[in-house]
Amino acid sequence: MTELTLKINGEEVTANVEPRLSLADYIRDHRRLTGTHLGCEHGVCGACTVLMNGEPVRSCITFAVVADGTEVTTIEGFDDDDPMAQLRQAFHENHALQCGYCTPGMLVAARDIVTRLPDADEDRVRLELAGNLCRCTGYVGIVNAILAVLEQRRA
Amino acid sequence: MKSAKFDHQRTASLDDALAALGGADGEARIMGGGQSLGPMMNLRLAQPDLLIDISRVSGLDGIEAAGDNAGDSVRIGARVTHARIEDGGVPGATGAYMQEVARGISYRSVRNRGTIGGSVAHADPSADWPSALLALGGDVVISGQDGERRMPLDGFQIGPFATGLGYDEILTGFDLPALGGDTKWGYYKVNRKPGEFADAIGAVVIESGPRAVCGATESAPFRVTGMEEKLAGGATEISVAEARDMIAAHDPGFDDYDLQIHAVALSRAVGRAFS
Repeated sequence: MTELTLKINGEEVTANVEPRLSLADYIRDHRRLTGTHLGCEHGVCGACTVLMNGEPVRSCITFAVVADGTEVTTIEGFDDDDPMAQLRQAFHENHALQCGYCTPGMLVAARDIVTRLPDADEDRVRLELAGNLCRCTGYVGIVNAILAVLEQRRA
Repeated sequence: MKSAKFDHQRTASLDDALAALGGADGEARIMGGGQSLGPMMNLRLAQPDLLIDISRVSGLDGIEAAGDNAGDSVRIGARVTHARIEDGGVPGATGAYMQEVARGISYRSVRNRGTIGGSVAHADPSADWPSALLALGGDVVISGQDGERRMPLDGFQIGPFATGLGYDEILTGFDLPALGGDTKWGYYKVNRKPGEFADAIGAVVIESGPRAVCGATESAPFRVTGMEEKLAGGATEISVAEARDMIAAHDPGFDDYDLQIHAVALSRAVGRAFS
C-alpha cells in the first residue's frame, strides 16, 4: 500500500491505496464520485477524463499513486465554474447527449477546448474531440453546443 | 481491464531512480507520464514487478537551445510532454517540425501527460517520436551507474519495443540538431482517425543531407536511402510508384497493402515539405 494525499474538488484527502489502483477507480470506488465514467480503460474513449492541476488527463491510465500532491477536479467539482455552466446549458439546448455515458468526459474535454482554443472553428472542434467517443449522438449536437459556447465567449 | 499487481517507488532524483533500477528484483520499468505503459499494463501486455516513478525527478524537463545557427543543437529533457511541444515549447525550425508532429499524437488529455522520452524508450513501432526523431537525427542521452553516455538516434531502436538502453539505464533526453530556417520538412501519417496509432508514417527532413524515414512498420523505423539520394540530387517530388520501389529495396517484409500505405505516407511527406 502506498500513501496518497491529493485535493479532489477542493477537499484535501489522504488514503492508503494499492499501486495498481487507477485514479478513475479511486475517484469512483473510494471517493464515491461516480460521475467519472470508465469506458475502454486504455486511454482511447475519453469517458474518464478529469482535470489534474487544471489540465485534462485520462484517469483510467493514470495510477492513483501518481496523483499524489495534485489537484483533481471531477465532473462533480464544476458547480461554480463559468465555462462549465455555459457548456451545461448549451449541451441541454443542443441535445448534445442521449445516454449520457460519455458526457462527463465530453464536458471536461469541451471545457478545455473553449478555454484553450477561443478561436476554434468547427473543423478544429471536431479534431479536438477525436479523443472522446460518443456512440449515440453522431457528435452533431455536441459540436454545435461547443461552437455555441465558443461564440458566447467571443462576444 | 485493470493492471496486474506491482510495487511502486517514487523517486526524487535521477540518482534515486538509477539506484532503484539497478537494485530491483525482477522486472523494473521506469514510468514518466505513463501514457504508453499505463494502457499496456491495463491490458496486461506489460506486467512489471516494480514501477519506478520519475514524474517528479527535477532536471529532466528542460528545453535548451544551444544557438540559432545550423549546426547548433537543441537539448530536450526526457520528461518534456507532447503538449508542451505542441504549444511551441521548442524553439526554431526544429521546434516547428516537432510542433507539427506533437499535435497529431493521440489526444490532448494524453499529450498533457505523455513524454517524448517515454515514447522513444517505450519504442512502440507505431508511435510518432521514434520515426519523427530518426528523421531529425541527433543523439539520445542516457544515464547509467557509470554516468552519462550518448547514442545516435540512428540505430537506437533495434526492433519493436526494443532499444539500445541497458536494463539499468534511463533515457534522460535528446540532443537534436537545430534546423536552419530554410530547411524543408514534411510529416505524414496514415491512420483512420486522428490521434490513433499510425498504420504508416512518412517523415522527411531535407537539409544538406536529407533524411527520409519509413515508420510504423512491424519493427523499427528505417531510413529509405534511395529516397534520400534522390532528394539530395534536388528532387522536389517522389511519386508513390518510386517510393514503393525505394522502400521495397530495404526488404521490410511488407505485403502489398503495407507497401502502398507506407509509399503514400512518404510521397505525401515529401509533397508537404515542398508545398
